[in-house]
Amino acid sequence: MPIRLDARADLQAITKRALSYSTADEARVVVRSTSTGQSRFAGGEITTSGSATDLTVTVVSTVGKRRASASTNVTDDASLKRTVELSERLAKLSPEDPELMPELGPQQYAAVKAFDAGTAGLAAEQRADAVSKLIAAARAADAAQDLFVAGYLEANTLHGTAVATSKGLFAFHESTDVSLSCTVRTPDGTGSGWAAGGAREWAQVDAAALGRRAAQKAVASRNPQAIEPGRYTVILEPQAVGDLVPLLMQAFNARTAEEGRSPFSKRGEGVPQGATMLGEKIADPRVTLFSDSEDPDLRGSPFEGDGLPTRRRVWIENGVLKNLAYSRYWAQKRGLPESVAGNGDGLKMLGGTQSLEELIAGTERGVLITHNFYIRFLDPRSASYTGLTRDGTFLVERGKITRSLKNFRWNESPLLMLNRIEAIGRAERIGAGQVMPSLKVRDFNFSSISEAV
Amino acid sequence: MTDRRDFLKSMGAAALVAGAGRLAHAAPPPRLVAPTAGIDTFAADLAADALQAATENGAQYADARIGRYRRQAISTRERQVTGVSDSESYGIGVRALVNGAWGFAGTRDMTRDGVRKAALEATRAAKAARRAQRRPVELAPVAPVKGAWKTPVRIDPVEVPIEEKVALLLAANEAALKVKNVRFATSGVAALREEKTLATTDGTVVTQTFYRIAPSFTATAIGGSDFQAYTEELAPRGSGWEYIQQLDMPTNAEKWAALAAEKLTARSVEVGRYDLILDPRNLWLTIHESVGHPTELDRAMGYEANYAGTSFVAPPEKVIGKLKFGSDLMTIRADRTTPESLARVAWDDEGVPADEWTIIDKGVFKDYQTTREQAAWIAPLTGVRKSHGCSFAQSWSDVPFQRMPNVSLAANERDVTLNDIISATDRGIMITNRGSYSIDHQRYNFQFGGQAYWEIRGGKVTGMVKDVAYQATTTSFWNSLDMLGGKSTYFLGGTFNDGKGEPGQSNQVSHGCPAARFKNISIINTGRAG
Repeated sequence: MPIRLDARADLQAITKRALSYSTADEARVVVRSTSTGQSRFAGGEITTSGSATDLTVTVVSTVGKRRASASTNVTDDASLKRTVELSERLAKLSPEDPELMPELGPQQYAAVKAFDAGTAGLAAEQRADAVSKLIAAARAADAAQDLFVAGYLEANTLHGTAVATSKGLFAFHESTDVSLSCTVRTPDGTGSGWAAGGAREWAQVDAAALGRRAAQKAVASRNPQAIEPGRYTVILEPQAVGDLVPLLMQAFNARTAEEGRSPFSKRGEGVPQGATMLGEKIADPRVTLFSDSEDPDLRGSPFEGDGLPTRRRVWIENGVLKNLAYSRYWAQKRGLPESVAGNGDGLKMLGGTQSLEELIAGTERGVLITHNFYIRFLDPRSASYTGLTRDGTFLVERGKITRSLKNFRWNESPLLMLNRIEAIGRAERIGAGQVMPSLKVRDFNFSSISEAV
Repeated sequence: MTDRRDFLKSMGAAALVAGAGRLAHAAPPPRLVAPTAGIDTFAADLAADALQAATENGAQYADARIGRYRRQAISTRERQVTGVSDSESYGIGVRALVNGAWGFAGTRDMTRDGVRKAALEATRAAKAARRAQRRPVELAPVAPVKGAWKTPVRIDPVEVPIEEKVALLLAANEAALKVKNVRFATSGVAALREEKTLATTDGTVVTQTFYRIAPSFTATAIGGSDFQAYTEELAPRGSGWEYIQQLDMPTNAEKWAALAAEKLTARSVEVGRYDLILDPRNLWLTIHESVGHPTELDRAMGYEANYAGTSFVAPPEKVIGKLKFGSDLMTIRADRTTPESLARVAWDDEGVPADEWTIIDKGVFKDYQTTREQAAWIAPLTGVRKSHGCSFAQSWSDVPFQRMPNVSLAANERDVTLNDIISATDRGIMITNRGSYSIDHQRYNFQFGGQAYWEIRGGKVTGMVKDVAYQATTTSFWNSLDMLGGKSTYFLGGTFNDGKGEPGQSNQVSHGCPAARFKNISIINTGRAG
């Protein structure tokens, strides 16, 4: 891993160098300097382990109402100059863009501390030790069986991303994130458990605890039984909620909604064109969902790719659709201030006070879901999706987990699901930039059984 | 397999490469011009430095891939361009095997010092990985090779002027917008030129240039309280710009857009069991998901358990030559040789020559997809000691691992047409193009949609329906295959974005197939979900 020197100054120097070659009416330069360290494991051993560093420069040139971009990771003077020239040549060749917005001038940004030296400095040896610890803890959870342990550890460092424009804007942000996930399978092939953790700080990841949790789930999930598909009360663990609720982000697009092709479009006879459900109740009144780069649990980027500051954006507040996501162009077209564009980074859904165990204890009959897989769009009108449960699906009866269940395919809308909430559990960080609660939801639609373990 | 003799031989080969034609300067003059055929001597020389550094630091085997990737993408909506971008990425990835454990490092620092540091980092990672190792890696033998190969194209898609590309796409959108109720049209084209030089301590040095191109087109119609989109199945290919010209998007867009408009008035499908006729424009993806992925050996052995999943085609000793995957009509071949296919190469990312082999023969499972590391795992069962050449990394900064070759369903030797299949169907649903698709992590239970659907009654197409998806379990589905189209119905589909691995890597792969019929399949209504 390279040592961090003064990334801000280094990146700013590159932006200045690139801008100095520009002959376009306007130019924007985005520099990203990254490194990553990764260890993958399966069968209780590391299968691949490696690292990579890169630095890319993207030049966006505007000539009149024409715009194009070119990028490179070769940053000597000649290559940078050539990339600037290429972007200008492509811009001149492109047709005029009636929706083109001018580049931004200087902006004010929130200071977001998202960089952790422990994550940035995580070396191959430390990764191997953490993986060994996880594997040992998992296997110790049931030493009588030869548990199969697989997983992945990834530490990413954004040494910096810098945005600069020919109109004087300069933005810089640095961050780290680390994630560790594991899947434990029983040797008879009938049990599988999963656990994952992620944070900006390496110290917040407990490798052994993750291994133990996945192993306990694997052992408990052996010999699953089939129950009839249909509508069930479900308890979604925070990751299972995190698989579903963020899918709504796509639906919050203001333009699509106003163009009549989103679940938040109002349609039908007599409805004025462009009408949306903004300000209307779309979910259970206990639902509040927002993006906010400055939230201490999220700590996202304080600016977007064009340098526009990100702001706290509440999507759903107490069940009401509070905001839609505007591009700068669409905001201007609607006569809205530029600040309505620039959506916050990360996603947080507010939780309740009950623990997952308490949600289970308060359930007469339901299905507990660990996480989901292969989620695909079904119908944009209802924001419905299909997907499958995975790595720990259990029947809850009279407040207790009574047996392991075969996995289900579900066909469900995360939006409609948020109208069928029975209880909201405690929220927790499920990865860097994402906080989700556990949820108890009624009438969750399981459409068929999957034999997959 | 790497034994001591192989190791000594490979050391000799590395030294030979390292000593050949060394250049004085550290970095080549960067260029964006079209590549020439032949071994890239500069890249080979730099790679030799990396290999030498790796072997000096304890690697018994190492390989170095120098890649230069040029990607261009143009996207449009209605009468405007929404994006024009061009990107270039250049760097080296070094993989080192130390006492049976892998390490990898990638860098864009293409100096002698830079590539040596990457090699050191790779050996360091390999040594660290030994702390968590149970079974040392063994590599299948491969004959060293020196050579060059280039995708045969007439027109380099990257070099075609941007005006020509934009004009073609906007003309397609314009044609679509002429159709009543069609309010939106998007189109795009992405082109990739990948220049890659691989050198290994076995003595292989190969330079290859790949061209891949992916067009796209979608029309959306709005009417009443409904909106419907139709995406044409414009297969990505390993081809030049001439392929895009052949598609004639401006002429055909109106016909495609009319399908979006027609969907507005289509009946919502009745849930139930039907005989399912799949146009090859839909079936290729079903083959990819339900046959391609479960026959990846790393999945079968649990290497993907934490992400993409495992496979029902396991364990190998219980399924090779034994598993009745499908009906007798089902013969699946894998290859990296089909002209215009996306997975076509001369050598894979381990220097293994392009191969062709049978995965399923008349319904019976025969063999998996393999890399050098995997071949020995099943050699006693298949009698195949060599790798099938399925190693691929999406860029210089990624670790190569087992990726899907072209996996295709052989056409009927008799000339059965789509009309023959329709005529023979009493109560059916016909589906074309890829739609929503989802399959479980062992590849049993799947649910696939399409873009356009028709109901068949009494051997005739009676009208369009919508909100359709078919849900089945892989082996029962393939065992229900009872009619197979001939060569005249054959289509080569494919994807630019086949995801697998951690970190996720994207593979480009093609699948050829004829039209086919599957008996008594469950059809669900996706409009009533949730």
